[in-house]
Amino acid sequence: MIRRVLPHDLGRGLLTRRPGTRRGGFSLDWDGKVSEIKKKIKSILPGRSCDLLQDTSHLPPEHSDVVIVGGGVLGLSVAYWLKKLESRRGAIRVLVVERDHTYSQASTGLSVGGICQQFSLPENIQLSLFSASFLRNINEYLAVVDAPPLDLRFSPSGYLLLASEKDAAAMESNVKVQRQVGAKISLMSPDQLRNKFPWINTEGVALASYGMEDEGWFDPWCLLQGLRRKVQSLGVLFCQGEVTRFVSSSQRMLTTDDKAVVLKRIHKVHVKMDCSLEYQPVECAIVVNAAGAWSAQIAALAGIGEGPPGTLQGTKLPVEPRKRQCKPCPHLSLQQEEPDPANLEVDHDFFQDNVWPHLALRIPAFETLKVQSAWAGYYDYNTFDQNGVVGPHPLVANMYFATGFSGHGLQQAPGVGRAVAEMILKGRFQTIDLSPFLFTRFYLGEKIQENNII
Amino acid sequence: MAAPWASLRLVAPMWNGRIRGIHRLGGAVAPEGNQKKKRTILQLLTNYFYDVEALRDYLLQREMYKVHEKNRFRDKEWIRPDKYGHFSQEFWNFCVVPVEAVDASDCDINYEGLDNLLLLKELQSLSLQRCSHVDDWCLSRLYPLADSLQELSLAGCPRVSERGLACLHHLRNLRRLDISDLPAVSNPGLTQILVEEMLPNCEVVGVDWAEGLKSGPEEQPQDTASPVPA
Repeated sequence: MIRRVLPHDLGRGLLTRRPGTRRGGFSLDWDGKVSEIKKKIKSILPGRSCDLLQDTSHLPPEHSDVVIVGGGVLGLSVAYWLKKLESRRGAIRVLVVERDHTYSQASTGLSVGGICQQFSLPENIQLSLFSASFLRNINEYLAVVDAPPLDLRFSPSGYLLLASEKDAAAMESNVKVQRQVGAKISLMSPDQLRNKFPWINTEGVALASYGMEDEGWFDPWCLLQGLRRKVQSLGVLFCQGEVTRFVSSSQRMLTTDDKAVVLKRIHKVHVKMDCSLEYQPVECAIVVNAAGAWSAQIAALAGIGEGPPGTLQGTKLPVEPRKRQCKPCPHLSLQQEEPDPANLEVDHDFFQDNVWPHLALRIPAFETLKVQSAWAGYYDYNTFDQNGVVGPHPLVANMYFATGFSGHGLQQAPGVGRAVAEMILKGRFQTIDLSPFLFTRFYLGEKIQENNII
Repeated sequence: MAAPWASLRLVAPMWNGRIRGIHRLGGAVAPEGNQKKKRTILQLLTNYFYDVEALRDYLLQREMYKVHEKNRFRDKEWIRPDKYGHFSQEFWNFCVVPVEAVDASDCDINYEGLDNLLLLKELQSLSLQRCSHVDDWCLSRLYPLADSLQELSLAGCPRVSERGLACLHHLRNLRRLDISDLPAVSNPGLTQILVEEMLPNCEVVGVDWAEGLKSGPEEQPQDTASPVPA
């Protein structure tokens, strides 16, 4: 009798009320019981971890296709695009490992949130343009059923860069490249600048470039939460833990000129739980290093850089944490003679001594400026050429990088995430060609210097 | 082409006459001043018979149409869709005539759709009232119209916030800006003040500055006017 009732009621119960309430006094929680039974059956079936003896629900799964180390905006962007571009729904199992779920030290949350297309490299400009269109249509990309739309609070104010006599030619050629790629930048002479912004002191300025569209700042926390929410709805697993070890196998091979190289493949990732010694070895096929300012440590765990310097094996990942301080409105992010990155304490004297004189000179109204509050965050600073590292490592074949963006990681995250996902799934860059950003350039010494670092 | 700005209304009064596309220039061409005797009889008949009145109106419209045909587009004239939403095919004859005003109220125009409007280099008046897809990103696209745009209306756009209004600083020639009834703007009174500061030559309409103020607990609430929709 219960059998007959169940399908009948479920059909209408989905639209109106739960089957239990219909009969009044039917207190068996059928829905809950059925889902529990289903879970138990699934756990016994092969391919799943056997939870019958111990409760391992707080641990990450034992198997995963892709493990993304780092749950900031870059890591989540890679996870999102992997799920968007996979050929069949549920084809790729992705696990995101983040050490700190409060993101207290992560660069994403502490970022100013600016987006700007005024770079000198066409790839950087393309990435920023794509990110602008991603942010503009964020509620189509990151829509989750029954969740409220995201409000990025984007201020389309544009970035204004000033150049002195000696930098004017470089600025002009940069703007030419930017316009070719499709950014809308206008060049202004000092007179036009004074006309438009009468509060700027144009002494010493020979040329100014102003971004007219798609430049400004937005709320990075909202983007992070939006990505997190969407990625969870797409089936990506999250784990709070720290990667402590990679278990890999290596193979000695000879190159065409009979030089010996050691190719490594990572098989397992040991994820250690917070505040405990418990760890879970996660068997994986691909590891994505999106650990931001701490990417070098993750790379060192994989054995990157262990070798005589000057060889490919000995080339380390040149990313280190650099502290940057920010004051809120007006948005200022300050370059600094490198402070001790051990903590995120703000050095208030630094502003008075180093920054305020320049500000007051350029904008006389700021002479009476008082700092209301300040915070500090880390850049995942690439000491080699201040541009990101994207793509697989030549020797550790299954570690992909998405890090080292030195301050423009947030604004390029959607584009970079898509590029890395394309590299993983299709083996090459399809939409934006980021081959200049591969790891091999560190060994070959080919710097791709970005001249406009903000 | 030299009609003063005060006289240009953004939305001309709706007209349900027989001939498409022409204003009812009510009273502009009156048959007064003609032969007195004729006028009396016609007037008398018109006052008594509806049919005569209808006939007279019809003849009047015909005269006006003939005059208008000669002076097409001398006056500012709105091209409207007919009741099926189609525009007249005659529109194509005026490809080279510069468009001066666009009324896109209640349209579903979005960011990509603005591509079409931004090509109009002599656009003087743009109305985006109650467009549900116009947001801050769309406002940041309006700078190409800076040389010509003099009147802009954003009344009732649910997605426009003060951040989008801030990027209207490019529109140096704007003389009239309507920012009434913007639900996404958090502090309308303050926003009005900031926009007025940003565009000193522009008349900013739509928000009563006293709206954001709260009367004290003992005072009687002042007679603050509610925002007058433009």
